[in-house]
Amino acid sequence: MTTEPILDIQKLVVRFPDKTVLKDIDWTIQKGDMVSLIGVNGAGKTTLIRAILRQLRPTSGQIVTHPKQIEYGYVPQFRNVDPDYPLSIKSFVGLTRLKHRLPFYLPKEHQALVRVLKRTNLVQIQNSRLGKASGGEKQRAYLAQALINEPDLLILDESTASLDVQAKNELMQLVRHLNETEALTVIFITHDFELAKQYTKKFAFLHDGALDTGAIEDLTDDFLMKHV
Amino acid sequence: MFVFEFMRNAFLASTFIAITCGLVGVFVVGRNLSFLSHTLSEIGFAGAAFGVFAGLSPLNGMLLFTGASSLIVGGLSSQRSRREASISAVSSLFIGLGILFLSLSNKNASYATNILFGSIVGISVAEVKQLVLLSVVVIAALLVVYRQLVLDSFDATGAVSQSIHRKSLSMFFLILLALSVSIGAQIVGSLLVFILLTLPAASAQYIGRSVPQMLVAALSFSLLGVWFGLYLGYVTNWPVTFFIATIEVIFYLAALVYDRRGTK
Ligand SMILES: Nc1ncnc2c1ncn2[C@@H]1O[C@H](COP(=O)(O)OP(=O)(O)O)[C@@H](O)[C@H]1O
Ligand SMILES: [Mg+2]
Repeated sequence: MTTEPILDIQKLVVRFPDKTVLKDIDWTIQKGDMVSLIGVNGAGKTTLIRAILRQLRPTSGQIVTHPKQIEYGYVPQFRNVDPDYPLSIKSFVGLTRLKHRLPFYLPKEHQALVRVLKRTNLVQIQNSRLGKASGGEKQRAYLAQALINEPDLLILDESTASLDVQAKNELMQLVRHLNETEALTVIFITHDFELAKQYTKKFAFLHDGALDTGAIEDLTDDFLMKHV
Repeated sequence: MFVFEFMRNAFLASTFIAITCGLVGVFVVGRNLSFLSHTLSEIGFAGAAFGVFAGLSPLNGMLLFTGASSLIVGGLSSQRSRREASISAVSSLFIGLGILFLSLSNKNASYATNILFGSIVGISVAEVKQLVLLSVVVIAALLVVYRQLVLDSFDATGAVSQSIHRKSLSMFFLILLALSVSIGAQIVGSLLVFILLTLPAASAQYIGRSVPQMLVAALSFSLLGVWFGLYLGYVTNWPVTFFIATIEVIFYLAALVYDRRGTK
């Protein structure tokens, strides 16, 4: 496998008025990687992602991507979809198509929608209401929405946190499949160490504002004992 | 009924009003702004009263007041919890002013009634032209920001990670809402214009599963309500607003039943 970085973070610092969440972080992600970003609640995982997504200006440091402009697919951590939510799964998935201004989809956009529904196993339920879908189906719809613009880097922020064991494994298998068959680069955020070990090959462990990275085999109990 | 010029005017005006309010309403409901549109109706009343007092037309007075207050509300806060409080503050002020202006202007009580409850008799050709023009502006503006507005209204969380200026978009929509309130109030009155802005769209949420479907459904409900309302008002001489309100409520209940049966 060729190693070619897609994301290169250097000396990243993010400081909020009351505390410094990220202290001098270096992190390189290679194209085609599937990395777990792990850390306890409040460690700063979402903050790091928001800096990568340019939603938050770092206090100092650099975030460089190769090429300079890449397409991000982001599945946010929290989303409120109540049972009355009116849109079908298909309509919901298409919401982030913003490249054109037309009030209807072009044929090629429609094809993109059909394709992403297939890739995420949503074809069967595409016309049912998202509000009525199960937790696992909702997460797959969120995933599909993040994939519809063909991202170079997919970021899942605790997408498995609210799922039961079976739905968790289904989602992870799907994401791993996309990573392996399409060489999609994935950052999978979790505080579930076991899930990280089971499905990803590399990890980045955020604790006390610092980031330790390595192969997933190195994420041993000894290692965790030292830091948690 | 079309032998009378005032009916032709009323029909044309209400058709455009129904289209505008029906379409805008889908986003009002999607963005949870029913409360604000209710308040804007009350503010519109104050604006119309000011228009009468200051020698403007009621419509221009309304445009002034609803436009200004939506800018203030949008500027004060985009956070929902804080927004509700600021809405109440803004609306109290404006309603007070409206009552003051009405008492200062020497118009008779029926003038106030027309503003509050609507009137199909009083609409002139010039006013119809203005209403049509404003409606076209609102609909064109909706088309320009359509996809961004759809995303921001139906998946605010998803909108955060896209390169959208959500604050400007929200402000832009508030102005369109202010325009729609002012336009709609000309037929159904300021007291009940929020009906046209919320009920057809709320019914449409039970029927449609995509935004275009909801737009078509809301449009149909508001057009049918307004047309039948006008006709029944003409035939019975009862207030048009009464019929429009009743018809929209019936549509809403029917949509609710349709939805309940569909999900069983
Ligand atoms: N905008 C902000 N202003 C101030 N503090 C923040 C902000 N965003 C996050 N934090 C704080 O930074 C810390 C890390 O938060 P977060 O990145 O959400 O953690 P994680 O995603 O790892 O659970 C938390 O203590 C949180 O309160
Ligand atoms: Mg988080």
